Amino acid sequence: MSTKIGSTDTGQTPPPEPRSDLSAEGLEETAQSLGQGATLIFRVAFQAVLGVIAYFGELVSLLGQAIVSLRGLRGVDLLRQMSIIGVDTVPIALLTVGFTGAVLALYSVGTLRTYGATGLVGGIVALSITRESGPILAGVMVAARAGSAMTAEIASMKVSEQIDALRSMGISPIEYLVVPRIVAAILMVPMLTLLADFAGVFGGGVFASYFGLPWSAYLNSVRQLMEPDASDITKGLVKTIFFGLLVALVGCRAGLRTEGGAVGVGNSTTRSVVLSIVLIFIANFVLSYLLFRNGLGN
Amino acid sequence: MMTMTREDNACGPTTPETSAKISIRDLHYSVDGFDILKGITLDIEPGEILCVMGLSGSGKSTLTRCIAGLIKPTQGELRIDGEDIVPMTETQLLRVRAKIGVVFQYAALFDSMNVFENIAFGIQRGPRRAENRRMPRRELARRVAELLRSVGLAGIERRMPAELSGGMRRRVGLARALATQPDIVLYDEPTSGLDPVTAASIDALILATRKEQCATSIVVSHDMGSIYRVADKIIMIYEGRIQAYGTPREIMETTDPIVRQFITGAVDGPIQVKK
Repeated sequence: MSTKIGSTDTGQTPPPEPRSDLSAEGLEETAQSLGQGATLIFRVAFQAVLGVIAYFGELVSLLGQAIVSLRGLRGVDLLRQMSIIGVDTVPIALLTVGFTGAVLALYSVGTLRTYGATGLVGGIVALSITRESGPILAGVMVAARAGSAMTAEIASMKVSEQIDALRSMGISPIEYLVVPRIVAAILMVPMLTLLADFAGVFGGGVFASYFGLPWSAYLNSVRQLMEPDASDITKGLVKTIFFGLLVALVGCRAGLRTEGGAVGVGNSTTRSVVLSIVLIFIANFVLSYLLFRNGLGN
Repeated sequence: MMTMTREDNACGPTTPETSAKISIRDLHYSVDGFDILKGITLDIEPGEILCVMGLSGSGKSTLTRCIAGLIKPTQGELRIDGEDIVPMTETQLLRVRAKIGVVFQYAALFDSMNVFENIAFGIQRGPRRAENRRMPRRELARRVAELLRSVGLAGIERRMPAELSGGMRRRVGLARALATQPDIVLYDEPTSGLDPVTAASIDALILATRKEQCATSIVVSHDMGSIYRVADKIIMIYEGRIQAYGTPREIMETTDPIVRQFITGAVDGPIQVKK
């Protein structure tokens, strides 16, 4: 049996000609698709950046409108919001920061005992709580509890035409809904944080004393390590003014922009809480750097 | 017992020389590139009750929301007492809205407030708050009680909106809209979803409001019985334009196939319902 050389009559499909990407045509095609991909990425990134700028623009605009409407603020509305944002959030803030203080004491006692430096426990706990954990946890608790309530309430009012009813009665929703919430948040989050700071330091003290560290030694350490002018506490509280402002602005803006019934209310509330918490962490970094950078030794 | 008597508009001259309470010229409204109103031109005289009818999504509620200043038309002119509200800012509109009361489709009562607070809210917080600030609590309570009596709901001041039936909510909504003594009252489907007796009682209130307050009224409705009972004039909006305008009798006798199909509720005809 003879076989013809070069015959394709083998019953199998011949392998395709390997494509040469080095040909001018192939290179042009690759460059073209790369170019299209880059354009797409650039466009998406550009739109995302524009979206972020527009979002912050809206927050600033809302703040501006609220400042202009400050004159219309009523004591009764402010007190109601101070109660919701501040008083009602006290238990969860005290619990979370109190237990955080206890956990800090747990780590500190364990580690510092090895080096015979348990006398530093109180100071370490107090510094961590007043500078960082107290403000951020209080901010997060306000975002989770009061921020979500703000968004849900305003969003429900929006989808059930209550905001339109307000406007139709000649009442500004910014004056009636936004201003009291912003002012209450700015006032109450620092107060809440101050209470939470005490709870955190107390929680640490209880745990430290459980492990045999006397209360007097714990409190002495607090006094020694903290700034004598209480600037650790006040700087922490300054941060929370911005956290309160962020939670109120994000919460109110999300509520006012809600569309689409019950699903819209749910989506707005979730988005507002997540965004508030993320923004609190970003703001915390920036503010901590600005307020505490002198202690970095540079 | 509430009786309903249809009376002609006796609130102002209705000659062609009269300046209209509301004057609309070539009004357009678009959202996301979709044209909802495509050039509405209309005059509404003082004290007139104008009923706006049309298919769902034809632009009826959009027109009333434009008149209330709740949304901004994209083009055209909308004058209330001779003042064009289209170019106004939100702050300027708050002043104009003092003349307007809106009865929303589902009442839009403030659910965190009881009936008394809902009605008193506009008096205490509205644009006339400066003059009402010194109003004694007893006077405020008397006014609220009077408004509730006028809508047939005396003595429910302490009830919360969630405790009220649909018809009661609409009537509280009407009392709230009338609390600020508006010149213009806009009713967005005030009888939809109500039983015929309650719907008729709402119609009677619309007529009584015109008679007692000489309010110019715009009633958006699908309910032909209700429209014939209350309207001085009727317009039908179809695909964003005014398809028909006339008195109830003229509308009843029209030969326009679109209007005829709408008022008879026939399935077959020039109006094709999107499936």
